[in-house]
Amino acid sequence: MKIPILKLKDILITSIQIDLTDEEAIEFQTDVLAKVSEIDANGVVIDITALDVVDSFMARVLNNTATMVRLLGAEVVLCGMQPSVAITLVEMGRELIGVETALNLDQAVDNINELIKSRATTALKERRLEPWMGCR
Amino acid sequence: MDGVQIEIRDTRDIIAARSAGRDMARDRGFGSADQTRLATAISELTRNVIQYASNGFCTLSDLSNERDIIVHVVVEDSGPGIEDLAQAMEFGFSTSKGLGAGLPGTKRLVSSFEIESVPGHTVATIELTKRKII
Repeated sequence: MKIPILKLKDILITSIQIDLTDEEAIEFQTDVLAKVSEIDANGVVIDITALDVVDSFMARVLNNTATMVRLLGAEVVLCGMQPSVAITLVEMGRELIGVETALNLDQAVDNINELIKSRATTALKERRLEPWMGCR
Repeated sequence: MDGVQIEIRDTRDIIAARSAGRDMARDRGFGSADQTRLATAISELTRNVIQYASNGFCTLSDLSNERDIIVHVVVEDSGPGIEDLAQAMEFGFSTSKGLGAGLPGTKRLVSSFEIESVPGHTVATIELTKRKII
């Protein structure tokens, strides 16, 4: 089953509503990356409210997706993690999740807009300072 | 003793096995954190079956006694076996492209964890245990 990826202005919103097999998880990763590049998205929100198991494989797929999206120049925020999933991930090894997270979709959209804004300001500052400072 | 056996042949069976584990834990009165711990542990072990042995079995049974509620899970395969068990239990060690969090992570999630492996037969046994309220 394909997971719908919705476009909202310059961000993508997607919600994983079913238990994914390993193959479906990889397909989802590929779809997200393709969509980011297709619409020049600045951010991606991935809602995992309905995921009741995030094992080390799924954790890796989510982490890798976030890293790949960042390489394309966009930001990622994960939202809606179940409390029991958070407990399990920390008990298994806290290295497992290295993605920006938010409690719910509202906060995730706020966070992603902040991230996009701060990235734009940093880029602007660097560009302005560089000729003057003569460094880097 | 009532039990369920699930054959593990492809990644869809991982989902079937962990759902069955969650259902059994829920039926026996375990809370949602324990249900998720067990489902995640089963997910890790059955994925190893697919990854290293291609097929095997996951057997769930209720071994509760007068004192404790016990959900007992055996995941076994007839694959090549794990060469160095001590090394496989180390966090961060993996012979595949995994994170190396599977086995050591699984051990931290359940009340008891045992694994035995010889070439041609690997058996992992996990239990979720809870004191009965009298």
